[in-house]
Amino acid sequence: MTQPAANCPNCGAPIVFRWSSSVQTVCTYCKSILVRTDVDLKKVGQVADLPPNGSPIQIGTEGVYNHHPFVAVGRIIYEYDQGTWNEWHVVMNNGSAWLSDAQDNYVFTFAAPGRKLPAQARVGQHYIWDNETYVVTTITTAHYRGVEGELPFQYWDKEDVVFVDLMSEHGKFATLDYSDESPALYLGESVEFDDLKLKNLRSFEGW
Amino acid sequence: MVVSSDHPNPPATPQVKAMNCPGCGAALTLRSFTQAVTVVCQSCHSILDAQDPQLKILQQFQKTTGEDPPLIPLGTRGKLRGTAYEAVGFQRRTIHVDGIPYSWHEYVLFNPYKGFRYLTEYNGHWNDVSTLKALPTLNSFVGEVTVSYLGEKYRHFQTAEAATTYVLGEFPWQVRVGETNEVTDYVSPPRVLSSEKSGKEVSWSMGEYVSGRDVWKAFSLAGEPSQPIGVYENQPSPFSADTKQIWTIFAAFALLVIVMLIGFASFAGNEQVFQGDYAFDTNSRSEPSFVTDPFELKGRTSTLELSTHTSLDNNWIYLNYALVNQDTEKAYDFGREVSYYHGYDEDGSWTEGSRSDSVAIPSVPPGTYYLRVEPESDRGHGTIHYAITARRDVPQFSFFGIALLALLVPAALITWRSINFEHMRWAESDHAPMESRNDGDDDE
Repeated sequence: MTQPAANCPNCGAPIVFRWSSSVQTVCTYCKSILVRTDVDLKKVGQVADLPPNGSPIQIGTEGVYNHHPFVAVGRIIYEYDQGTWNEWHVVMNNGSAWLSDAQDNYVFTFAAPGRKLPAQARVGQHYIWDNETYVVTTITTAHYRGVEGELPFQYWDKEDVVFVDLMSEHGKFATLDYSDESPALYLGESVEFDDLKLKNLRSFEGW
Repeated sequence: MVVSSDHPNPPATPQVKAMNCPGCGAALTLRSFTQAVTVVCQSCHSILDAQDPQLKILQQFQKTTGEDPPLIPLGTRGKLRGTAYEAVGFQRRTIHVDGIPYSWHEYVLFNPYKGFRYLTEYNGHWNDVSTLKALPTLNSFVGEVTVSYLGEKYRHFQTAEAATTYVLGEFPWQVRVGETNEVTDYVSPPRVLSSEKSGKEVSWSMGEYVSGRDVWKAFSLAGEPSQPIGVYENQPSPFSADTKQIWTIFAAFALLVIVMLIGFASFAGNEQVFQGDYAFDTNSRSEPSFVTDPFELKGRTSTLELSTHTSLDNNWIYLNYALVNQDTEKAYDFGREVSYYHGYDEDGSWTEGSRSDSVAIPSVPPGTYYLRVEPESDRGHGTIHYAITARRDVPQFSFFGIALLALLVPAALITWRSINFEHMRWAESDHAPMESRNDGDDDE
């Protein structure tokens, strides 16, 4: 894993990439949102203070999924009418994935491009991807609330977006992300906290 | 790499937040860090937006809710399945069945790493509840609705509109007093699957029956849990295991008895040791009693079956028998009455009694025996012919029948109690037999 070093175009602080394919990162000093170009880093925005968040995961949290070690390098915080949730961008030796933490319910997903996706979905509809039947369980309208660390794409300052969550009878999980013009599919499964063997977690006072 | 080293402002350790209720000013604790969506003030019962730093009031306290103190005080920590949980929220939910309200309580439990879990309580019956990670399959087969989840089948128990009627503390969803959801329960004791419909979306959870004693122990609560009332929908039957066990025992014993029976039948000598034909002249005035020729009983101590076959025709004979051991003079006295009547009336022909009789004398030791016979009957009915046969070592099947029956009684009793328990369970469901619904309510 390469760790290209650069300097923040805004404050000059050193910027270290944990993952060579990261497209965007946030300067930990001045909170500038930085996007990688061919030659340097470009400031595209500024992160407001992140909302207080109860996720036990933080940048640098390590764990194991399917015998593959991973480390959390970034996250997107989404806000919706029931609160917030975190999409942790985790990096493994064979690529990157997402560990979603919604009120301590953990779901591990991978981007699944190349599948046929519906332009829109309704609760109760069935879809089959990779021989697994998924049923639409919830449709959530959410908006970007903040970013932290490294992401595999540019993500900042987005309007309301629609997320369609699907579940299967075997504990498989799918999300349709309608933030861009064409929807993106993520496939994965619910995971138990203990099974992830997480290290370097946040501590909670009194716990 | 240690993250904090290149992180100038590591996020502060989340702390339990002490705030003040904007409704009444009372002190308020936020225990689930930022995971709760709503929080209810313990003193004025206003429902507040837990995500809002100002704790905006979402719903004012309604006096109608009254007081309903939780059995597990909010803030109490306990250990469930090896994980520490703190009670952070409490709500009462109410359904109406035939106009009668039924209420249960739900406790919101929180662990900052594992998230939320729930305990429900109804009339002293407790359930440990968590949300499902996979989708159950709905089946409908000849009118019986079931769901399958991870290879287990759950039977539909009840569908009802559940209203939230009392709230306290923190909730990971938008809670409001008065809000209703359609709740459907499917049972496979000791588990229950519940679906909650709000709008188009359905959420599933699984409950597992736990005893009040276990809840008391888990949360180190003072005093004793109250005794559960009635049979709860997913309460494991105390008899279902017993029923299986006793029938297994019964089958094993029945097999043993049958094997013994076959053994006795095949090893029993069943040998004729005496036979004699006699006539009893009822007209004669001479002494009718006599003794037979002696006969030998060999081998081990065993039964002697004595049969009497007569030529009776609308008559009776009473035979006073004594089986006497020639050497020891030990006598077995017994009397047998044989009677046979028949005729014809408006219902057709009838018979009563039998021409033959048979009796088993148990445990007769070997030796030389003879029979003393003294016949009696009404005088003046001609001559009664009869034959006496004695068989040695005859298997007694009735003994085995009694043994089986003795085994059958407890098995049947436990099965009956098990059926009765299931009857009580389902009497509370949507699938109750008609007579157990509408108790004292005849206006339908």
